[in-house]
This record gives sequence, C-alpha cells and structure tokens, in this order.
Amino acid sequence: MSTATRTMPATSQLATFWLDGDLFGVEVEHVQEVLRSQSITRVPLAPPAVAGLINLRGQVVTAIELRERLGRPARPAGEEPVVIVVRLHGEAVSLLVDSIADVVDVDLRDFEAPPDTMDGTARELIRGAYKLSGQLLLALDVNRAVGS
Amino acid sequence: MEGLDDIVEEFLVESHENLDQLDQDLVALEQDPRSRDRLSSIFRTIHTIKGTSGFLAFNRLEEVAHVGENLLSRLRDGALELNPRRTDALLQMVDTIRALLAAIEASGGEGTVEVAGTVLLISAALEEVAEEPVEASVEEAAPAVASVVPSPAPVPEVEKLPAAPPQAPTAPVAPVAAALEHPVEPGEPGAGGQPGRRAVADSTIRVDVDLLDALMLLVGELVLTRNQIVQYVGRQTDQDLVRASQRLNLIASELQEGVMKTRMQPIDHIWSKLPRVVRDLGLQCGKNVRLEMVGRETELDKTLLEAVKDPLTHLVRNSVDHGVEPSAARVAAGKPAEGVLTLRARHESGQVVVEVADDGGGIDPAKVGAKAVERGLVTADALARMTPADVLQLIFLPGFSTAAAVTNVSGRGVGMDVVKTNIESIGGTIEVESVPGQGTCTRLRIPLTLAIVPALTIECAGDRYAIPQISLQELVALDAEKAAAAVEDVGGASVYRLRGELLPLVHLADVLGLASDRHDGHVVIAVLSSEGRRFGLVVDRVINTEEIVVKAVGGQLKSIGLYSGATVLGDGAVALILDVQALARRALRAESAERQEHRLAAAAATSSASERQRMLLAAIGGGRRVAIPLDTVTRLEQVRSETVERVGSREVVQYRGAILPIVRLDRHLGAFGDSGREVLEVIVYADHGRSVAIVVEEILDIVDGEAAVQSDIDDLGLLGSAVIGDRVTELLDVRAAILAADPMFYATPPALGGAGLEVATTHLMEV
Repeated sequence: MSTATRTMPATSQLATFWLDGDLFGVEVEHVQEVLRSQSITRVPLAPPAVAGLINLRGQVVTAIELRERLGRPARPAGEEPVVIVVRLHGEAVSLLVDSIADVVDVDLRDFEAPPDTMDGTARELIRGAYKLSGQLLLALDVNRAVGS
Repeated sequence: MEGLDDIVEEFLVESHENLDQLDQDLVALEQDPRSRDRLSSIFRTIHTIKGTSGFLAFNRLEEVAHVGENLLSRLRDGALELNPRRTDALLQMVDTIRALLAAIEASGGEGTVEVAGTVLLISAALEEVAEEPVEASVEEAAPAVASVVPSPAPVPEVEKLPAAPPQAPTAPVAPVAAALEHPVEPGEPGAGGQPGRRAVADSTIRVDVDLLDALMLLVGELVLTRNQIVQYVGRQTDQDLVRASQRLNLIASELQEGVMKTRMQPIDHIWSKLPRVVRDLGLQCGKNVRLEMVGRETELDKTLLEAVKDPLTHLVRNSVDHGVEPSAARVAAGKPAEGVLTLRARHESGQVVVEVADDGGGIDPAKVGAKAVERGLVTADALARMTPADVLQLIFLPGFSTAAAVTNVSGRGVGMDVVKTNIESIGGTIEVESVPGQGTCTRLRIPLTLAIVPALTIECAGDRYAIPQISLQELVALDAEKAAAAVEDVGGASVYRLRGELLPLVHLADVLGLASDRHDGHVVIAVLSSEGRRFGLVVDRVINTEEIVVKAVGGQLKSIGLYSGATVLGDGAVALILDVQALARRALRAESAERQEHRLAAAAATSSASERQRMLLAAIGGGRRVAIPLDTVTRLEQVRSETVERVGSREVVQYRGAILPIVRLDRHLGAFGDSGREVLEVIVYADHGRSVAIVVEEILDIVDGEAAVQSDIDDLGLLGSAVIGDRVTELLDVRAAILAADPMFYATPPALGGAGLEVATTHLMEV
C-alpha cells in the first residue's frame, strides 16, 4: 500500500472533496462509497479526531473528522458533513468532509511536494499538491489520515 | 452411525476423502511414473491410514497398509520402478482398504474382509527378482479371473460389484490370480457398507470456519434488518405486508438458529477425552474414581468449546487429585470406596452451565483461609470477617494452591486463577461450592456464543450503551427522596447501602466525561460484578434488554479501554458496548472499599510497614477526628437514640433481630461528645457471627491513609496519630474499642481452625 508506487504512473485518478475551502483528493481505488446525512454515535473519551461511529449497512465504521485531523477549524454549525468511506487493509473507515467534488485525472508532472509553509500536522498527512488550472489539489495520505 | 466411536467416524471420513484423492493420484502416476510429489502424497496417505488403524486396532487394515507402505517407500526412494503390475497392486490395495473401511463402517469391525491375497500381491510386487515371471502370470491370471466373475471387471471396480459371488469358484490359477479374486469377497460387506458410507462421508462436508463466521455476521445483519422491518410494519395496516413480515420474522429466527447450530458442537467432544484422564490419574494417585457424565449432548459454540477444554480438564484433574479421598479414607468416613466424579452440562437461560462435582472430602474453608493468610493473599483480620462461602472463593486468587505437596498432577500454584481467567476471558463465570465431607462442585457458566449476547441497554447523557448481561447482578431504581437518603457522598466517593453492604458507586457520565441529563434526582443503579468485586454503575435510564450482535471496534477505540465493542440497535443506531471489567478497573482504581477486595488485603499483607489503607474518618466530638481502617467496617448505619437499651452496664441496640452491643467512641476515648443527639451514626463491625456498633458523632470522609501514621502517642484506645488531610487524626485501636463494647468478642479464636468457623456459624444461629 505504498503511496510512492501509486503515484508513479504518469496519470492517476483522485476522488476530490472540499474541506475548509481547500480541494483535497484521495486515490479512487481506496474509496468505497460516499454517503450523506449519517447519524453518528459519539464515542466519549476517544481521540478528538474520532467523530464517532456510523452504521454502514450493519457494519460499524469509525468516522474521522478530517477538519480536526488536519487542524482546521470545526465545521460551522448547521453544515452537514459528507461521509467518504474508504477501505484500507480490508477495513472500512470513513472520513467526514465538507462536500464531495469530481473524480479528477491528475498528471504526475503537475505534482509537487507539500508547500513549505504548511504546518506540521497537516504536512504529514499531505503527500503533495497537484497544480490544476486555477486550483491546487492536495493529495491526502489516507493511511496516515486514518491514523493506521 | 451412533454406534461408532467419534474417533473412528473421523477416521472414516478422512480416509474416504484421502482414498478418493489416492485414486486420482495413482492414475496420474501411471502417466508420470517418476513424480516424486505424487508418490510422496500417496505414501503419506497410506502411512496415515496405517498409523491410525494400528492405533484403533484394525489389524488387517494395518497389515495391508503396512505392505503398501513398504512398496510405496521403495518406489518413492527410487529403489523400485513403477510398472503396471505395481500399479495394479497399489490399486488393489486401495480397493481392499475401501472394503475394510466399508466393513468397519457397517459393523464397527473389519468383518470377513480377507487381506491375505492383497498382501501377497503387493509382496510379490515388491520382489524385484520375480518381476518378469510374475508379471506374466498376472497377465495370464487377469483373464482367468475375468472368466470367473460374471462381467469382466477391471480391478478398481471389483469392489463395486456387490452381487459378485462370494464363493467364486477358485480356478486353478497362479497364486497371484487367487489373490486377485479376494477383493471380490468384500463385495458382501461392501454391499451393506456402501449406503452406510454415504451416511458418514457424503452426509457431512467440511466448511471453512471463516465462511461460517461470515454467514453468522450476515445473519446478524438480517436479524437487525428484520427487527427494523417488523417495527415499521407494526405501524402499517396492509394485511399482506403484515403477513409477509411475520413470515420474514419467523424465517429469520429459524435461519439464525440454524446458522448458530452449524457452529455448535456437543460438549462430549471435549468430555470424551476425560474418562481416560480420570482413570489414569486415579491409578496414579491410588484412588478409585468413577466418572459420570450427564448432558453430554449439550451443545455450545465451537470456539467456546475449545476455550473451555483446558480449564475443564484442569478442574477434573484437580477433583481427582485433591477432591476424592483415597479409598481407605472413604471407607473410614462411611462412604463407598469408589469415588464418583460427575460432569453435568445443561442449557440454562441462554447460558451453558457446566458442573464438575465430586463426592470427596470437600474443601475445608479453614485450611483455605490459613493458606491464603500464609501466602499473604489476605490478612487474618480480613479473613476472620469472611463467610465460609467467601473464603472458598480465595482459591481463585493468583498464587494460591492447597496441595500440601507439589505433585506432578497439580499444586504448582498455577491453577484455579488461570482457570478463572480463561473462563472470564470468554465472558463466563466460575463459582465453587463445597460441603466438607460431602464433596465439591465447581460451576462454570459459559455464554452460548460470543457473537450474539444478551445485553442491557441503558442511556447516559443522551446516548445509549450496552452492558453485557453476564456482569449484571441487579438494577436499583431510587426516587429523589430515597436517593437523597440512601446514596451517601463520603469525600467525593459515593456509596450506596445495598441491603446494608456498602456498594461503591460509579457515575457513568463522570467516567465518560459527559454531563448526565438526569436532573430530577432519581438514581438508577446497575449493580455489576467484575473480577470478584461489586460496584454500582449510575446511569440515566435503563432502556431495554435485548440480544445484541457484537461488532469489533477499530484499534483507536479499543485503546480507550472502556468499550469492548459496538453493536447496531434495533432502530439502526450504533451503541457502544461497555467493557465492565475495564470500567471497574478504571473507576475503582483507588482500591475498592468492598470487603470482597482481596487485593487490598494482599497488598496490605506484603507491605505492612508502609501500609496504605483506606480509612474512614469520623468525628467523635470535641473537635477530635478518628481514623478507622475501612476494612474493619462492615456497614454504616443510623440508629435512633431512643432505641438504645441497657443490659447491665452496657448499652445495646436491637438490630436485625439481634442484640448489638454499643461502644460510644467519645466516651471510650475520653472526648466530650454531644450525647443528646436523636440519631446516632453507627459503624457496625461484624466478625464470625458477632457484631458490635461503634457510635461516632459524624462520618466525615473516606481517605487513603498514607502510612506515615504511627507516632508515639500512647493513649488508651489509640494506635497513634497521623496527619490526614492537613489535620491531626487519631488512629483508632479497633480491637480495644470492640472489646470495650463486647469483652467476649474475641473469645472465639480468630477462625483459622475448622472448629472456629463452626463455632462462628453456631453463633450466627444464636444471635
């Protein structure tokens, strides 16, 4: 599951989503499905990034609040998160994001390491940025983002 | 197939499977005679059959397999070349083995199947020198046999000719041909055996346990979905829909049961090895023990069965080694010379109860207690206050062993605690009962399955949680008025007097770091037990009891150490399952005030000098504070001063139908208390059936006594003083205080001898 080898092909597909005004992407092959309006059971005493548990057709899946994970401010009240279910090492984990965007073909030639200005925690979770026309697409390191 | 032993049955199923493979291998081998792999595989199969048949005393089967193995090993090692004659010999060996297996299956024995011919044939095939001529004779012989048998049958099919004449006229053929004819004979038993074979080999299939687990999960989902649909349909009026949902309901239940059954195995699977264990051990110990088994068909989940196997074997060994007395001692005690060890299994309210009972000498609580004190597991003081039943449970403490001598059977000090840990790790419980002179009974309660467990759902701060029913003892609901009186807050630690016993309370909302949304003062307590200690979990509301499907939670949540998993409730919401043991450890990390808390005693015993004890702080008037070790406190009570009566020079009060002598601590210690109070705060101390009441002015707090205690105040009735909570506090000499109330209190020697305990019981009767 080495991310380095995954980025080697000249082009790859990223499922993209918005979070706190920035565009992020995760490899399409990790994404199992996208859900809206899930009721989330909170888990007291869990790490702050764990938003809770959701019932995914009978399977109990941990939900990670990506804003918290990336050190972004909390989602404004009244805004419903969108749930992206990713499958890693056979286990489903879900990420809470602001809204879902397109699947984008990215070219490795547009890839650059994370900007030096990014702060510590977020920097570890971002593999780098794709320079799309008029927009930067931040490639999320899913494995690290879910803390596995 | 009921007559068949399990082992034989397994052997048959396995052998049939292997033989099918063998046929294929042999045919393939003809194409590629040099294939080492195939030869090795065939060799292994035959070797296994030989080994097992020898073990099961199927001598003819062993004989055939043995010569076959010889031939195969020579072939495998390249000492011999495979030629058609040898292939024939091997195929015939397979057929003969089949015939023998069929006979075994039909009759349990090898029947009349003849093997001499096959053995001869294989032996001949082994003879390198005789190769040429014998081969020729086989070729001659084959047609000869064909002419004898009604339809020309190639050798592999011989056995499938059930109607073949058993007495095929023995044509004067070469000896090898005569051998060829023998497999025809098994046609007879084979005829009966063939349908029987299907019964074993074809009526069972091997299924991957993972597949069963996956099915189990799916069924769990189905059950939940069913619940939702049934709930939803309940609000509908469409008759067809209602009927359909009822059918769904029924089918889902049956399916759940059926899938659960696939994982179920009778407990006999693990019991069947025990008669031998008991016999051998009995001989070894010079004891005569009969094993009786009741309920051997009782089924439980395969995984659980595996987990119970070792603990159960240990218990049985223990019973034979320690429980049952030698014959002479039994006869002397007026019992039959032969001891009886009884295993009982039954289903009881969603659990499997397994009992190991012996009619031996029983466990002497006095010996257990003495040993526990000797090992430093409990203080003599704490021991003296235990009931005999409590004392028995000490055998489950780590490091406990009653065997006077370390035998090679048991008595190494690992034992009952390991048994207990193993049983608890699968969500079970263990208890022991014993009547001296009559025997001991150890009872295991094991859940039927781990995947679906009965649970209590509760609410706390708006969220629902599940508590496995197995750790739940009772529920207590108190209205605001009662709660105010019965729940006491001593220095931040709240306790509830449950039928006189102090029950430490844990507020779930506090543990979870949430704010309870119960503001009406009502208190709902779930009384839970974990690892031998009891505590009350205060929750907002009790919702329901339901069967829940346990789902694992990710590592991140597991490491919180409060949740053992999660589940999906009937309405589709996710609820966390509370890990009661972790909760207890976390919330009661300052040692529990409970008497059952042996660990405290153990710790106290090992570090007597720098003792760290929990102390009850009480005011005795005149601004003086007294600390009383909490382990000498049995109950806290309030008595009305007008109920205090006088007997001679002493004050007593009637309490629970007994006369309770009173000592007023203020007077005892020369303080000037306010004696005009209406309600007296009383600390009750009970020991082997006697109780005294120590009257204090006010109960202040429960604290951890740092043991920089003993200073040099040598005052009457005090052990010393210490600074507790910034104030000088006197440490009460409990013994002196008690003697002041009841000079006879210690007249009975502290119960370390059996007699002492008996006296204690009689006292209990009297009072």
